Amino acid sequence: MQDAPVQSSTFRLPQPAATPRKVILNRHVEERSKNWFRAKLGSLNSERHAFGSSELLCYDSRAMRGLAFAVVKRLLIIIPVLWAVVTLVFLLIHIVPGDPARQLVGENATEEQYQTARAELGLDKPLPSQYTDYWKGLVRGDWGTNPVTRQSVLSRIASRYPATIKLALAAMFIATVVSIPLGVTAATHKGSFIDTLSTLVALLGISLPSFALGPLLVLIFSVNLGVTPVSGAGGLANLILPAVTLGAAMSAILTRIVRSSVLEELGEDYVRTARAKGLPERTVIYKHVLKNGLIPVVTVLGLQFGVLLAGAIITERVFSWPGVGSLLVDSISERDYKLTQGCILVIAATYVLVNSATDIVYRFLDPRIKLD
Amino acid sequence: MNKVAKFGLGVASSLVLIAALSPLLASWDRVQSQDLVSRLDSPDRVHLMGRDQLGRDELARVMYGARVSMLVGLSVVTISSIVGVLIGAFSGYAGGWTDRIISGFLFNVFLSFPGILLAIAMVAFLGPSLKNLIVALSVIGWVGYARLMRAQVLKVREYDFVTAARALGASNVRILLKHILPNSIQPLIVQASLGMAGAILAEAGMSFLGLGVPEPIPSWGKMIDDSREFWFTAPHLFIFPGLMIALSVLSFNFIGDGLREKLDPKQQAR
Repeated sequence: MQDAPVQSSTFRLPQPAATPRKVILNRHVEERSKNWFRAKLGSLNSERHAFGSSELLCYDSRAMRGLAFAVVKRLLIIIPVLWAVVTLVFLLIHIVPGDPARQLVGENATEEQYQTARAELGLDKPLPSQYTDYWKGLVRGDWGTNPVTRQSVLSRIASRYPATIKLALAAMFIATVVSIPLGVTAATHKGSFIDTLSTLVALLGISLPSFALGPLLVLIFSVNLGVTPVSGAGGLANLILPAVTLGAAMSAILTRIVRSSVLEELGEDYVRTARAKGLPERTVIYKHVLKNGLIPVVTVLGLQFGVLLAGAIITERVFSWPGVGSLLVDSISERDYKLTQGCILVIAATYVLVNSATDIVYRFLDPRIKLD
Repeated sequence: MNKVAKFGLGVASSLVLIAALSPLLASWDRVQSQDLVSRLDSPDRVHLMGRDQLGRDELARVMYGARVSMLVGLSVVTISSIVGVLIGAFSGYAGGWTDRIISGFLFNVFLSFPGILLAIAMVAFLGPSLKNLIVALSVIGWVGYARLMRAQVLKVREYDFVTAARALGASNVRILLKHILPNSIQPLIVQASLGMAGAILAEAGMSFLGLGVPEPIPSWGKMIDDSREFWFTAPHLFIFPGLMIALSVLSFNFIGDGLREKLDPKQQAR
């Protein structure tokens, strides 16, 4: 509805012929008071800014102190956990039914060979002494030797460790590359065919075991299509199928998390503001929503890296990948208890350290996390 | 429950039935009898899933494999949930230092260790057997239930009816068993369903590594491992057991998700 035009002549005020002195004075006072007020306000503003910045500085230093405290506390928690892991691994050899040394050398071994094996395993000493020796050996880098083959446990693990890390990193890369676009598409097309498909693929990824998926991929890509090698280590081509197999479950989990996280962010006020500003949907999603939506994904990535290390045990066996996982399985079949202990210790320690590092990184990424 | 969960329930019930009735559906002799002339035969009308590397009927072995999976799954869920609920309830209800030691240290230690690695370690040192497998998987499984139960107890113990029961002079054990436990059970049912899927997958993985039930009992993971040399000449040897593992894990996951959605209204909104 349009407003009616105002007739200026109707309400015209009487105009003074000349400005009286009193009015000029009043204007002068008014002008001065305005200036004074502006000046005062300015100083107040500057004071406020100054106060604001000092408060900000105080807050920052306080926050940083809190963060540093949280990081130190998190690092300190690692100590008892690692101690517990080492103690558990140490005690494992004592749950072996019968005599581990006899099982290692076999029934046909001579008494001398048997006694040597007992000494090598440290079983000829009292338990507290064995425990102390175990710790000393760990610290010195003497993780034991196989009494039969005379191979050093640490050197065997060290030669296999890089292959496991390489496989886990490649699996993580594949999982990330697959899950982020899939999760975002599923969230932005909620309830559509793509969403249902991504959910089904994710569920299948979680449910299909790597020892069934691995042979299936080899059958399709190596045997039928001939594009990748069947097994073993070597170049990039050898890495693809084991990494896809190992990363399948992780990408399934990540897809669900990305979807859920993006859906949650899409309902936030800042997204409505960004859309109201007229930003293209692509910019809203990839510049605004993903920045916040990916924070939980980073945590899961870190935590899942540890799970990948454990999962690599099976994948390495499927593809004869020369990592710590396959070494662990070999050590079990060879009854090389020291090597089994060493492999378990290395995987568990890596798992603990990666999880702790993730926890710390998460606190840096999202300052809202309680600094407890 | 939604349609997917109902589908899961149908599949899971069928699998449990197959496991229970497998001695009636196929004789043990059919599982064991070897026919080397017909080894690696593809599926046909008589042997619907073909024959394995020793000429044994794959379908009969898959059906008996379901027995191991379901038995291990149910046993692990039962043992770990009972142990977890007791420890979690005790920790949450006792509070103070007891709670700090149990939840702050014990839970953290178990959660800091990759579960399957601990199970592998235990069975590797104890020796592979059905009993050791169930014990190892229960040892890694109880923490999930304990954490959940502790959280539930911390929440429920603050409710008015618990305060009223305490004011009426009810003992701690009575409050825990009669008042707190029945009101904390819903999330545990969801956890048990998802735990069943996890236990089946873990059992299959352990069997694949040679740490499951020993011969001559067939198990899905072991069947895949045993046929390793023939994966590409007779793919049915890994496809059928693999499908059964995926189907059973999927069905219990569907049930768990469906129950969670039904019990948690927030989930329905998503």
